[in-house]
Amino acid sequence: MSALIETERLTRILPETVPVTLVKDVTLTINDNEFVAVTGPSGSGKSSLLYLLGLLDRPTGGTLRIGGRDSEPMNERERAQTRLSTLGFVFQFHFLLPEFTARENVEIPMRKLGRLARPVMRERAGELLSSLGLGEHLDKRPDQLSGGQRQRVAVARSLANDPPLILADEPTGSLDSKSSEQVFTILQNLVRERGKTVVAVTHDLDMAARMDRRIHMVDGKIS
Amino acid sequence: MALIVDIAVTHIAGRGRQTLVAIVGVAVGVGFSIAMAALMQGGQDDFVRQLVDTMPHVDITDEQRTARRQPAEDYFETVAISGLRPRDDRRGIINPTAATSWLESWVPGRFAASLKTQGVIRYSSREIGAAIIGVEPERESGVSPIVGKFVEGSFSALAAGGNNVLIGNTMASRLGAGFGDTITAVSSEGLTRNFKIAGLFHTGTTARDEGEAYVLLKNAQILSARPNAINEIRIKLDDPNRAPAVARRAEAELGYKAVAWQEANESILEALVVRNVIMYTVVGAIMLVAGFGIYNIISTITHEKARDIAIMKSLGFPESDMRRLFLLEGLVIGAAGSALGWLLGFSMIYALSLIRFEIAATGQEMTRLPIAWSLTHYIIASAFALGSAAVAGYLPARRAARLNPVDIVRGAT
Ligand SMILES: Nc1ncnc2c1ncn2[C@@H]1O[C@H](COP(=O)(O)OP(=O)(O)O)[C@@H](O)[C@H]1O
Ligand SMILES: [Mg+2]
Repeated sequence: MSALIETERLTRILPETVPVTLVKDVTLTINDNEFVAVTGPSGSGKSSLLYLLGLLDRPTGGTLRIGGRDSEPMNERERAQTRLSTLGFVFQFHFLLPEFTARENVEIPMRKLGRLARPVMRERAGELLSSLGLGEHLDKRPDQLSGGQRQRVAVARSLANDPPLILADEPTGSLDSKSSEQVFTILQNLVRERGKTVVAVTHDLDMAARMDRRIHMVDGKIS
Repeated sequence: MALIVDIAVTHIAGRGRQTLVAIVGVAVGVGFSIAMAALMQGGQDDFVRQLVDTMPHVDITDEQRTARRQPAEDYFETVAISGLRPRDDRRGIINPTAATSWLESWVPGRFAASLKTQGVIRYSSREIGAAIIGVEPERESGVSPIVGKFVEGSFSALAAGGNNVLIGNTMASRLGAGFGDTITAVSSEGLTRNFKIAGLFHTGTTARDEGEAYVLLKNAQILSARPNAINEIRIKLDDPNRAPAVARRAEAELGYKAVAWQEANESILEALVVRNVIMYTVVGAIMLVAGFGIYNIISTITHEKARDIAIMKSLGFPESDMRRLFLLEGLVIGAAGSALGWLLGFSMIYALSLIRFEIAATGQEMTRLPIAWSLTHYIIASAFALGSAAVAGYLPARRAARLNPVDIVRGAT
């Protein structure tokens, strides 16, 4: 098993007048094809850690290697390109573009990457959505979908460019228990059947228990 | 890029009314700028055309730009000569036949030699100072400002009789003389001669209508006691823009002062430049206002779409894409406004061109507004509009691109 992400004393401190420590000295390794839970009380820095791992935020200390590559010297463009091709984000709230249909939303990262022909993208977006049980809703816009359906569209979108790593921040946090279970199963299948790595923040200890590994955070540190 | 265009279009389409207001703002700016430019340019062209029509394009007179050098100065370079009274110049263009045949060989246009002398026109007991201009009718008709401007008689009447004169109608009424009356011309040499009024012209140029009397060249030469003399050659060119070059060449060769119409009217032409500067300043101001409309809508969009910006950035769109997106939205509004503005401007110009009105002073003429139809005005107005749209789009675009997605994603959770 090779390391997808390796961090060494990763630290993020907000430079306010009274500096706020979000993440402190986090050293961890995330391997290929793992299903990792990040748990901890609210405000413990779970989201902050995920943003750092996803190159959305820059650490103020320590190192982060993603796919064997040091993130420190990457410029804004390279970080964006890495997000586009090797990472998929799923947030607690759906975060879809409201004017576009489910299928168009899934197509957007593919169009940005531009590796496939348009008809192929369209087909692939349809397949991804169908595989998540949304075959009926391809041409609906987000406001015509339920919370659980939107979250599944978001999962489909995170898979658009077939990235090895999915980062999910409380993906079931705003869903009812039935939808939660559905989304959880989907994420689980991504690891079990498609060989992806999923790092998911969750409050649900039962769910965390069903994952491969748990990273517990308290006050920005792993405990 | 097609993706950015798609997203830009959905953003703009998503706020139809506000977009329409911004587009109309730009369109009104562009339309009025075009109409204003057409009117100002039209007025200017009209003015310059009249200028060019009424005066010779190149006027060669028997003057020099600097005082003539005395022969002694040529021989003794270092000697200063003072107290010397220069020899009287016999005024006039020396060797007129050589000069005219040389001009004939290359000037692209028509020209006429004439002798202008100051004198007095007398009728009954009234006297009016006048420029008595001796011309050769056939040649003169090619350059004359009075041909076709006759109230009574005609220009060709000059050649019909040996002692005919053509004067302006203003001069005639001041003299109390009428068509067919005989007036007396007195030259500065003190010679007198009677002439019969064979034509009354009205050019609209007061100095001319009141102070010029046209006679045959030989009569003017007799009056001024200078047989065969001429003191002015007036040139009308096929292309008035070549006047400065023709003037330079004529002056260099003939040694007499040759003035192009542009030089003679330098201050007027400069005033026209100032007018244009003022006009484009106003156009700029209009576009600035239109720019505010665009700035306003793009700013609003970037604020409302902060979440979308965060989504796109988290998906892997770089900042440059975000800048491009909102800049493009500004430009789309600018371009749409521009296109609508062309239509508006064209319609306004067309409407203005239909207006006919009477000039109160002259009463008899129905005139249209002077309008210049020029694609350049449309292009300039659009350039201003797109420029202001680019700036108005870029400022909020840059701010939006810098937006940190983490702040927004965190804010939502
Ligand atoms: N911009 C900020 N200014 C001040 N404190 C912040 C800011 N952003 C986050 N925090 C604080 O940092 C801590 C970590 O936040 P977060 O990573 O969202 O925790 P979690 O996801 O585990 O709930 C929280 O206590 C939060 O209030
Ligand atoms: Mg959180």
